Amino acid sequence: MKNQIQLVLNDKIRDVQGEKVQRSAKSYLNINTGIVKTGKIFNVLYDLSKEEIERFANLGLKDGIIHEVYINSSYQNSDFKSFVLVAKMPGVTDDEGISAQKTLIDILDLELDVSTQHIYTEDLYFIENKLSNTELEELAKKQLGNKLIHHFEYGEFKGLVDYVPEVKITSDSKVKVISLELENAELLRLSKDMLLSLNLEEMQTIKAHFADENVRKYRNEKSLSLNPTDCELEVLAQTWSEHCKHKEFAASIKYTNKETGEEKIIDSLFKTYIRKSTEIIRNRLKKAGNNWLLKIFTDNAGVVKIDDESVFVWKVETHNSPSAIDPYGGAITGILGNNRDPIGTGIGGGKLLFNTNVLCFGPPNYDKELLQGQLHPRRIFEGVRHGIEDGGNKSGIPTVNGSIIFDDRYSGKPLVYCGTGGVMPYKINGVNSWLKPIDTGDLIIMAGGRVGKDGIHGATFSSAEIDEHSPQSAVQIGSPITQKLLSDFMQEAVQQGFIKSSTDNGAGGLSSSVGELATITGGAIVNLEKVPLKYANLKPWEIFISESQERMTFVVTKDKKDNLYKLAKEREVELSDIGTFTDDGFIDVRFEGEPVAYLDMEFLHEGVPIKYMEAVWEKPELNEPEIPIDLDYSQILIKLMSSLNICSREDIIRQYDHEVKGKTIIKSLMGPKGKAPQDAAVMRLNFNNYAGIAISNGIIPRYSDIDAYQMSAGAFDEAIRQIIAVGGKLPDPKDSTNRFWTVNDNFCVPDSLYDPNTNPDGKLKLAKLVQMNEALFDMSTYYNIPMTSGKDSMKNDFKAGNIKISVPPTILYSMVAKIDDTRNTVTSDFKAEGDLIYQIGKTYDELGASEFYRLFAELGANVPIVRKEKAKQIYQKVMVANQRNLIESNHDISDGGLAVALTESAFGGGFGANIYLGVDDTNNLNSDLFSESHSRFVTSVRPENQADFESIFKDDAILIGKVTSDQKLLVKYNSEEVINIEVNKLRKAWEDGLAL
Amino acid sequence: MKKVKALIITGFGINCEEEMAAAYKLAGAEAEIYHLNDIFNGIISIHDYHILNFPGGFSFGDDLGSGKVLANKMKYKKMGSGKTILEEIRTFLDSGKFILGICNGFQFLVKMGLLPNTNGNFNQEVTLTRNNSAKYEDRWVYLKKNPKCQTPFLRNIDVMPCPVRHGEGKLIIKDEAIEAEILSNNLNAFSYCEAEGNVTSEYPQNPNGAELNCAALTDPTGHVLGMMPHPEAFLSLYNHPNWGQIKRQNPNISEDGEGLKIFKNIVKYIETS
Repeated sequence: MKNQIQLVLNDKIRDVQGEKVQRSAKSYLNINTGIVKTGKIFNVLYDLSKEEIERFANLGLKDGIIHEVYINSSYQNSDFKSFVLVAKMPGVTDDEGISAQKTLIDILDLELDVSTQHIYTEDLYFIENKLSNTELEELAKKQLGNKLIHHFEYGEFKGLVDYVPEVKITSDSKVKVISLELENAELLRLSKDMLLSLNLEEMQTIKAHFADENVRKYRNEKSLSLNPTDCELEVLAQTWSEHCKHKEFAASIKYTNKETGEEKIIDSLFKTYIRKSTEIIRNRLKKAGNNWLLKIFTDNAGVVKIDDESVFVWKVETHNSPSAIDPYGGAITGILGNNRDPIGTGIGGGKLLFNTNVLCFGPPNYDKELLQGQLHPRRIFEGVRHGIEDGGNKSGIPTVNGSIIFDDRYSGKPLVYCGTGGVMPYKINGVNSWLKPIDTGDLIIMAGGRVGKDGIHGATFSSAEIDEHSPQSAVQIGSPITQKLLSDFMQEAVQQGFIKSSTDNGAGGLSSSVGELATITGGAIVNLEKVPLKYANLKPWEIFISESQERMTFVVTKDKKDNLYKLAKEREVELSDIGTFTDDGFIDVRFEGEPVAYLDMEFLHEGVPIKYMEAVWEKPELNEPEIPIDLDYSQILIKLMSSLNICSREDIIRQYDHEVKGKTIIKSLMGPKGKAPQDAAVMRLNFNNYAGIAISNGIIPRYSDIDAYQMSAGAFDEAIRQIIAVGGKLPDPKDSTNRFWTVNDNFCVPDSLYDPNTNPDGKLKLAKLVQMNEALFDMSTYYNIPMTSGKDSMKNDFKAGNIKISVPPTILYSMVAKIDDTRNTVTSDFKAEGDLIYQIGKTYDELGASEFYRLFAELGANVPIVRKEKAKQIYQKVMVANQRNLIESNHDISDGGLAVALTESAFGGGFGANIYLGVDDTNNLNSDLFSESHSRFVTSVRPENQADFESIFKDDAILIGKVTSDQKLLVKYNSEEVINIEVNKLRKAWEDGLAL
Repeated sequence: MKKVKALIITGFGINCEEEMAAAYKLAGAEAEIYHLNDIFNGIISIHDYHILNFPGGFSFGDDLGSGKVLANKMKYKKMGSGKTILEEIRTFLDSGKFILGICNGFQFLVKMGLLPNTNGNFNQEVTLTRNNSAKYEDRWVYLKKNPKCQTPFLRNIDVMPCPVRHGEGKLIIKDEAIEAEILSNNLNAFSYCEAEGNVTSEYPQNPNGAELNCAALTDPTGHVLGMMPHPEAFLSLYNHPNWGQIKRQNPNISEDGEGLKIFKNIVKYIETS
């Protein structure tokens, strides 16, 4: 028996949600809704009496101050001529329904099942104006919901709505055997039909494996089918996916540089550049006896040493494809999934300290026609932002910094980088926390959310281009509350010694988490019927590869199982004992005792054939543009301040909780009015001292249009100089205080596999990827700043028909460095009138790919070059000056050059500035103001410290002016006034840039 | 002088328990963090503590309205003893003890009927609901203490900066009678104000559109305090977004954050009472 409860605000209460719908409909869709009234429906499928339903509705759901409640009836008001109902499709996460179930059993004191869905919630919008069905459909699909996950009803409101998204699946035979005795074309079709994303060579390798005499022999002996089961093929496809095996970063690449004539064979980009650079640094640290690198590349996240008591663990990931099709769900599962990496590293159970995110979108004012399946960039922006808000805020993890970059080429696939850092004790019950001990006979225990069809083929899907036929099951919605309960529980269970080690269930689900843990002992037995399901009748292979979120896999010794289960019951976390680790070399998967998969671990993990790829670099023909003379520089600066890549992100930043935990010392926005943008975030680690960390991001994709090496080197420099700006110190292998630096590298590139028809410039794209890696190696080994973890996302192309939108080659370097005393850090805003303003570092005529040229729709040729030897000298001088407390404010110079950095430091502190440029100038005014040359800062110094400051910097800092109280930015070039404008006008332009 | 024991509740999505515990420790008290279910399961008793604290967070993801599901649990779910936690809390308060709820904690104190509780019946008289901006917002605001409000939590405080971090902080009062009770008993402990202390309804100084510009409530005894802003996120000067200029202007300023005062106040009051 279904009961329906409807809640609406009583008419005296302002419906702010309805007002928001009304505003957005008008501004985005140009639909005049008139007044919008929101309501909520709870469809209750438990068998309850009338009294029980009334009690539940009135006590459990209704807020007596603001709500009216209707039971099996509806709010009716002839003032509202239309309605839209947004319901979830079957199987889509409905946290509100689950919370309603939990409160129902508390109120009615009943023992009912609350782990599967019995209450389904729906959102109801009453609309004043009579809208056409076309308008209502548009409103529903473009604003109120997403047709991939929502069911809509709309029109004239007639009373009750009937739809309930119960999942009903009828299952056919449990395990299917799939013949591989096929010709090549049929093998390929099989891969395509099953969405395996395996190429011909990989299919042939699998076919050969199953035809192998030894394999046939043991399969015969075990009474297994000679051909693979559906589950075996799926597991191989998951494990061999680009996402899991990084086949292109492991490929053998023939690289030809036509500019220099160099030719070489690169045996894996990962091994040659990324891992090798870190190994070189680790050897230097070891040699000096100060190895703070505890774990690199071999676990869910990298680990470095903070001190003898604690270690720092962190990971940055991408979640691009899911965010392209369901921005909210893609981002929230991205951030929650990334949270599970640090808590599933080593023994596990780390405390999460912060989130960071970097986003690349198409411009919000994108006006090209949308392709089939393409969402408008503004919608992606809003959805992703909302996902990050809920993912971070509801988990109690501060989102401490980030960045947003706009470029037309991200309008197909956005880039959504999610990063999370945490802290673990150095030792947990006597064992080094970053180790992952597992022994034969240990139990495999799954914890957290239940399993449904969610995300099936997610790992393979993220390796593929998106098209109009992308599978709907790839869309998932995260449940932060489920994960919060799980991670709180896990912390306790680890502390009490109930968990021996752990990992997260991410891409590939159990097949991946158990598959990887099993490599430690050399095998595992899994009983899939033990896995708790969201709804009945999943096939075994679906259970094994499902990516249902908020799950961890624990390794538990038999003697701890009872304790673990007792604590889990008290903390309302569901556990299931699904198997044991073995050492026979096989992953042995069963359902009710029947074999489902039996795979040789060595073949599973090492059998994937090596890819061969070709890269050819040819330097593009580029020239410096003619820029008009007699520019009005005040107006240019206004335009720059309001340009998309420079303007304020305050509206977004304030919707992220950036100070929960009470440890954020430098937030994204500081100063007397909270308007001063900062370079790096700074956090303290404990409440009883001020030791801490700084967190930064380096990303400059537009430079790759000129020079991918300099783009990558420049992004690396940017991340370093942000940390130097706030008072960080470069690492030194000889330093014995664990002054660690740790980097996550994240490559997001377009399809770089050459194909004469579909990807004719693939070789050039791959050459750019090679150069990005070369820069990574050069910068990292030069500074002793190591990668500890990272990710590559290789197919960032959006395809519809013959049209392809590909991202520019993009790399994000996310850095964290230890800060001895966060009280001595430095913010970017000017502090007092009369302070002297310096530019540290030299400006070059390097306007190529600058934001200044972008105003004129020009690219140019002179991209900023990283001069790392000089940069290091400068950074060391900044370190000395900070050590002696000589720096009052420091802001790194990046997008928009000196003029933008000066403006931000001025309005950030509530001051003006008088600036003099041009003395002994070897450049020109445009470069002086707007060049984005690296390794520079705008710095303010007390007048009484002038001599000390200059004696440290000598030629590396130029006095360019003074902080004033008159709220004006005055710039003279060789005594001619070139800028004279109110700082407030610049601030206003900056604040309004993203006003949508 | 007795050692003050503070109990800090966590679980179900509460997430500010650690800074709350740090606040009490810095204020000289003992602080212990326990999961709410440890009370239901009889592992601990609230009566062993002097002050019961409900920190901020997103209990049950704010589903069904902030604090609602947790409030229902406290009001209706029976403990092993057959009593509800609300009944235990009444006994706790009857013995002269204290309760502090911040942000999400304030939201469920209100929905449990503990605040403002003008007639002592523990009926819900106000609610905290969606901000007028329809947004979650993290920003620093100024709070003006109602000079006539007698709660020991806020002694010697006049104007204080503090961060707010919420999407549902707008106070709505049931009717004029309740509003009159709140005003006449000075239960509106803090109001949103400008830097100089002038109470304002302007956004964003009043970040949510709260009636009476109210940021905090006490009950008539002053023993229960609930507030939307987060004093436990201002334990150090370096939490303040303008610490750079503040330090430049007052080189010898204390490194304590102003939020710590509230915790020091109540700890001192309990110690000496």
